[in-house]
Amino acid sequence: MSKTLLLKGGRVIDPANGVDGAHDVVIVDGRIDRLSAPGPAPKGADIIDVSGKVVCPGFIDIHVHFREPGFEYKETVASGTRAAAAGGFTAVACMANTHPVNDNRSITDYILAKAQSEGVVRVYPIGAVTRGLEGKELAELAELAEAGCVAFSDDGKCVTNAGLYRRAMEYTLPFGTPVISHAEDGCLARGYAMHEGVVSMELGIPAAPAAAEDVMVARDIVLAELTGAHVHIAHLSTAGAVRMVREAKARGVRVTAEVTPHHLVLTDEAVRTFDGNMKMAPPLRSKRDMEALLEGLADGTIDCIATDHAPHATSEKEGEFDHAAFGIVGLETAVSILLDRVVSAGVISLPTMVARLTKDPARLLSLPGGSLAPGAAADITVLDLAAKVTVAPNRFKSKSRNTPFGGWELTGAPVMTLVGGKVVSP
Amino acid sequence: MAWTRKDLLTMRELDASEITLLVDTAASLQEIAGREIKKVPALRGKTVVNLFYENSTRTRTSFEIAGKWLSADVINFSASGSSAAKGESFVDTAKNIEAMSPDVVVVRHSSAGASEILARQLRCSIVNAGDGCHEHPTQALLDLLTIREKKGHFEGLQVAIVGDIAHSRVARSNIHAMRKLGMTVTVAGPPTLIPPFVGELGVKVSHRLEDAIRDVDVIMMLRMQHERMEPGLIPSTREYSRYWGLTLDRLAKHARPDVLIMHPGPVNRGVELSPEVADGPYSVILDQVSKGVAVRMGVLILLAGSKAAQA
Repeated sequence: MSKTLLLKGGRVIDPANGVDGAHDVVIVDGRIDRLSAPGPAPKGADIIDVSGKVVCPGFIDIHVHFREPGFEYKETVASGTRAAAAGGFTAVACMANTHPVNDNRSITDYILAKAQSEGVVRVYPIGAVTRGLEGKELAELAELAEAGCVAFSDDGKCVTNAGLYRRAMEYTLPFGTPVISHAEDGCLARGYAMHEGVVSMELGIPAAPAAAEDVMVARDIVLAELTGAHVHIAHLSTAGAVRMVREAKARGVRVTAEVTPHHLVLTDEAVRTFDGNMKMAPPLRSKRDMEALLEGLADGTIDCIATDHAPHATSEKEGEFDHAAFGIVGLETAVSILLDRVVSAGVISLPTMVARLTKDPARLLSLPGGSLAPGAAADITVLDLAAKVTVAPNRFKSKSRNTPFGGWELTGAPVMTLVGGKVVSP
Repeated sequence: MAWTRKDLLTMRELDASEITLLVDTAASLQEIAGREIKKVPALRGKTVVNLFYENSTRTRTSFEIAGKWLSADVINFSASGSSAAKGESFVDTAKNIEAMSPDVVVVRHSSAGASEILARQLRCSIVNAGDGCHEHPTQALLDLLTIREKKGHFEGLQVAIVGDIAHSRVARSNIHAMRKLGMTVTVAGPPTLIPPFVGELGVKVSHRLEDAIRDVDVIMMLRMQHERMEPGLIPSTREYSRYWGLTLDRLAKHARPDVLIMHPGPVNRGVELSPEVADGPYSVILDQVSKGVAVRMGVLILLAGSKAAQA
């Protein structure tokens, strides 16, 4: 006996299928059956009233750190996927810098098994490019791909050896998996804690120039051209990198890019508080860089939005700024930040925001999802554009509290998340 | 006017009248050093903790003497001989000290912002005695007191700060203060030691010692901060000394006859200053040290007596 669920009375935005209008969503046995004109429910259907709300394909975050195995005190697959669900994300791709590193099949299998048994959203592992993220020799990339890795990245570290990185791009070409670059020249960025600019000059904090990113983005574009591989630049943060990606795309180079919500709304001015929650890699940049990122997001240079959700314990963030760990959590604040500070500000429209969180990330990593087409798994995010929220870190589902947005008052929030037709949040 | 702040963290956040109040207060306390009985009861019953995470002789001793002359109970707490060496976090250590109800905590730390972080966490007054490459406000105050005593005023004076500006908290504090008091500041050194964007602070930049010291009223020489520097900023100490060392010959050729030579110490003799200059008639380096005690007495009195601290 099949089970029917109706999401009734909402505005459906499904950029993958060019849909933006009033529809009821009919879900049968966990899959999208059809979008129907607003009207009476089919007989025997369960009904969820979403009138006044916005119904979207489930949001996809292709850049998270779930810390399991190895750093379970920061986050686990169980807690991370609950944070994702609370934030409106139905699928995430998790980076390889666990302990041990996800550089071999047994770790990929472990993460997938954890996701299966304890997770509430879909989890796609990203494999390491090099063994132990050491940048010296290739990980067993084919076996990782076979095990289910959807991309390869040494994220957190930059593969500085261009020759080795070239080989990784070539070797993975047949798998259709992009390499994801953490573009940061370690010599230009040595020992830094923030962006090099007026603020770092005044505060006397060791700083990395935007050029540290630009140099590596330039290199990675050149390598993408050399190899024909798809190179995805993680967390783009500089005006120079936006310009280079834009130019490369115009020439037909297979380069794509993501931006984080925090780089869209914060600048290095925030570091004046010496709050460790303002510290991440890449660092918060200048206002000019932030404006270039907003422009790149609006004109399509930047393909998608990803959080770089990087949980750390409070003790790793509360002391001296230069000793604080890099990274902030993002899953439970991203959508409200985007709605309140980016969409409301008119930088991008709501449908564009939805596209950058659904069909675009799905396309980049060839993931299922990101669409409400009939037959697709019923992964759905429901937004309430009028909801007033105050960011309360102590109520996060994540194990960690390291957000720069604590106390921010925002309008617009994800209010319900479904994976495979099942409500996973609230 | 009255002092209203709980803490003394940076010169950047002070306005000219607050800086003047600090300097005036210090000036009025200088005579204590000349008394036979160097003790006044101003801070009797108050407790001052010197929390030093970085080695310091001059500054720590100066604060200690200042506190003792004011009759405060002064406790020195250095990171190497304490629970910090056993892995206790900075914030935990500070909270433990706070639990013992000090009135003022003087903090020296290798990380920028350490005193700001403490000031947010603790109810007692915090004095920044140097935080990384950020600020060192009491050093700037003693420099200002020295300058005013020798020159009689601040407005219109020209100052050259020479050397490793990039890693100098002394330079940053002095630049903020001197600009607010109407002085003209030139920073000078090889480009690798001049931080990018320093012009935003309203200073001129020079890459030639001879140009920088011409016609100025004050030359402030900085120590090479080897402990904070990454390799590759200068080719060698020898070459630095050759182009940036201040010698009697250079002074005679390019500087005014009434120029003041200052240095926050410790001096690398023969590197940034030749011994003849360090000990010569232009030098006011030891005046700076003497005035350090008066400045710190003034700071402790103002903070311990401020409404914000008692609230």
